[in-house]
Amino acid sequence: MVGIIVGSTVLADLLQSFEMKRHTVAVEDLRPGRVAGMLARLARRVPLVVAVFFMAVSFFAFMKLLSVADLSFAVPVTAASVALETVLARLILKEKVTALRWAGALSVACGVALLAM
Amino acid sequence: MAAGRAVAQEVQITSTGARRVDLKTKLLTVFVVVTNVLGNFSMSWGMKHQATDLGWAPLGYIRLIFTPWVLLGTTLLILWLLSRMTLLGWADLSYVLPMTSIGYVLSAVLGKVFFGELVTWQRWLGTSFIVVGIVFVGLTAANTTRQEPAR
Repeated sequence: MVGIIVGSTVLADLLQSFEMKRHTVAVEDLRPGRVAGMLARLARRVPLVVAVFFMAVSFFAFMKLLSVADLSFAVPVTAASVALETVLARLILKEKVTALRWAGALSVACGVALLAM
Repeated sequence: MAAGRAVAQEVQITSTGARRVDLKTKLLTVFVVVTNVLGNFSMSWGMKHQATDLGWAPLGYIRLIFTPWVLLGTTLLILWLLSRMTLLGWADLSYVLPMTSIGYVLSAVLGKVFFGELVTWQRWLGTSFIVVGIVFVGLTAANTTRQEPAR
């Protein structure tokens, strides 16, 4: 169950980050009168639709996990993706991951692992 | 020593202004965290009080979504999804992930307060690691793939 959640989360995040960087949402688009139009535009982007599909898989797997595990276990354990996604952000999304950001991401990953104990 | 130099260099880079994290990105990060934590809490509360084995049948999950707490949780998580998508357009994935991980700490606190879940010394230590990691990542530029932040 945890593997399904992590795998689908990683794919969803990479797709979302890639696509949202190409078509950034402006602050003005978040106003009540313009949100519907913004959502309609987002819904037409295939990578985002695929990302939402993977998020739905992750969501239902998470619901199943919550029904059998503590919240304080279920939430942290699904964050095993933090380190993996940082590596993929560097390799695929070409983000500049500095030494400080690596240190921060690793510290968070260690913290999340400890929270899951 | 090396970590100290890295911090000093990073602060110098971010203090140049052009790549500093802007207010809208900070506010949206807070919104993403709050909707995620409250959404997960509502979901968990609803699931605990439902107390039935869902099995693998989709109908059971769909019926469950329309119970009050799970519906509230789902609504908050939809808001979280949309706001996080927007945030991913404004900031790096490798920035967003650690910065929003404070939600794990808040979830653990809510788990202890409302569900009486055990918070061991390992979990407190984990909380400290996460906070340190967030401080480190918070010192880096939010968006390294574009020169100017999106408007």
